[in-house]
Amino acid sequence: MNTEKEKRTILANDGVQSFLTALLCIVIGLFVGFIVLLIISPQGAWEGIITILKNYFTYPSGPAKMKYFGNTLVKMAPLLLCALSIQFCYKAGLFNIGAAGQYVAGAGASLYGALALGLPWYVDVILAIVAGLVFGGIVGILKAYANVNEVISGIMLNWIGLYTVNMLLTGVKETASPYTVTLASTNESALLPNMGLDKLFTNNKYVTIAIPLAIIVAIVIQIILKKTVFGYELQATGYNKDAAKYSGMKEKKNIILTLMIGGALAGLGASFLYLTGYEQWSVTQSSVPVMGFNGIAATFLGGLDPIGTIFASYFIQHITSGGSYLDKAVYPSQVSDLISAIIIYLCGFVLFFKTVFNKRLNAKKGGEKA
Amino acid sequence: MSFLLLVQYTLIFASVLMLVALGGCFSEHSGVINLGLEGIMVMGALGGALAMKYLGKGTSAVVVILVVVLVSVLSGVIYSSLLAIASINFKADQTLVGTAMNMLSAALATVIVKSINMAENPDNVSATVEYGIGKKALLINIGSFQISYLTILAVILLVVSYILLYKTKFGLRLMACGEHPQAADSVGISVYKMCWAGVLISGFLGGLGGIAYITAGVSEWKFEMGVAGFGFLSLAVMIFGQWKPVNIALAALLFGFFRALSNVYSGFDFLAALHLPGSVYNMMPYIISLLVLAFTSANSRAPKAEGIPYDKGQR
Repeated sequence: MNTEKEKRTILANDGVQSFLTALLCIVIGLFVGFIVLLIISPQGAWEGIITILKNYFTYPSGPAKMKYFGNTLVKMAPLLLCALSIQFCYKAGLFNIGAAGQYVAGAGASLYGALALGLPWYVDVILAIVAGLVFGGIVGILKAYANVNEVISGIMLNWIGLYTVNMLLTGVKETASPYTVTLASTNESALLPNMGLDKLFTNNKYVTIAIPLAIIVAIVIQIILKKTVFGYELQATGYNKDAAKYSGMKEKKNIILTLMIGGALAGLGASFLYLTGYEQWSVTQSSVPVMGFNGIAATFLGGLDPIGTIFASYFIQHITSGGSYLDKAVYPSQVSDLISAIIIYLCGFVLFFKTVFNKRLNAKKGGEKA
Repeated sequence: MSFLLLVQYTLIFASVLMLVALGGCFSEHSGVINLGLEGIMVMGALGGALAMKYLGKGTSAVVVILVVVLVSVLSGVIYSSLLAIASINFKADQTLVGTAMNMLSAALATVIVKSINMAENPDNVSATVEYGIGKKALLINIGSFQISYLTILAVILLVVSYILLYKTKFGLRLMACGEHPQAADSVGISVYKMCWAGVLISGFLGGLGGIAYITAGVSEWKFEMGVAGFGFLSLAVMIFGQWKPVNIALAALLFGFFRALSNVYSGFDFLAALHLPGSVYNMMPYIISLLVLAFTSANSRAPKAEGIPYDKGQR
């Protein structure tokens, strides 16, 4: 009897419910992915979905596993920061779809600082933060003073950012390819320090302080939201804008500040990827990098909680990386993008899932009383 | 010559923007923000491109046009129902669902096209569809000037949209749902049905816009790149057009002109002399829409209840 009661209180816990609904989204998303694989080629479908889930576990040896586990983490760090950027703004009732553009701005600024100006990594990181902050700030100012919907202005800035960065980095690209020159060959001081972390991952030189820093940032965001006046005001504005204004909170200032911080986070995220040397920027790319949009997936899958988002970011990156191990002669690697997209779509139903869940829980309780 | 080309591109891009923006207009007037227009365009484009690929040679032009239009529209309508189910029946966050639809369309279209290409030729792992032969059926040549049947269709649909929205019972009811769904419900209008109608119409027009976009100029399409932000640009056109069909058409012409410039600027001596990189022209429509929005959004005529899921129980 007692354990029964305990079980119910656990199930009524919001965090537990978020976890369960996230799990449900993942399971349905993977199931749809499996169906798609079945349609393309039924023979290898089961193996395919296992490959996506296994990611680096595909490698037989332990050291190789660690090395590619490192690669997944390298790409998780920027994803986590994009997710936090969207989350921080969402708490204030702002949908920061412009995170993708703020990420682009950060990438452009840090690479320009590193390659064209030859600045060391810590200055490049600051440049990335400032660039993201400016992009976020524009959205915030337009929202606060000109009533421009942040989604629309964010999207416009995503494209403006992309073309600006392409133009800016054309000066530092390799002569024979559309990619920017490597940091290792041009300016080694711009590479983020490893602090010995690379040793843990079988000398994977891309594993840098970016990974622990990203997790620390998530914890800091959690503290800001839960323990500071600013965080409280921000969430109050999110719940009821008019009530917040009525009780004396500076609504306009908070909107701008929130989007600036959001932008800074996304910009920082970009520097966490491009300053590891893991990826080079292609100056002919004609679509905005998906990192910012995947951040939306991670944030909602993580139940809009910074700590939950750490795990969700890891998961999204895990299956995205896993997709590249699919048998390329049979399956397109984009199947994993498809799975992430379906997971985001399903996150829209979270409210519904939770309502149904609570209704059943309450109905059970009511029945017991009677 | 280059002037003629500029007019030609302006017309085709303007009709794309107008079609999609009109789609957004129907959806928003019913109260649902359709951020998934970009994705709907991709699916419409994919349906139409595949129809053209398979019809190819030997089919009469009329059949090609009819089938391509039909398939594009159907793809758009079916895809838009993803938004309708989630946001109307399950009260999901419309921005979130729209964004998910855009990502899904890019992934889905790439997966579908790659699978088709790989099945035909194991060495072809691209996500490109070629439809050169089928596309010819859509074009009318007047001397060196080309106009698409889809542009003509777009103008007809503009007139139809205007009449449907302002002169019919359906249109007025639809708009009532976007302004004050509770009041609409109280006089016996089914709000859910109206929202569904609004979203599906946006799927219809968005799908058509998608095929019109990829047949503008080129005869093959890389589906990895989606429709390069055109769905979002259409949203800006819709806002600049203040959710009114005629204003939307004018806004679409303006934006279409700037978009066309980026295709043909090198043909104009005085523009080429400026030596601006192509990126500047690519950016132009987005910068202009941002500026325009900054100056016009203060007195926005947006439907009052848009974006808020209607809940019968809260009446």
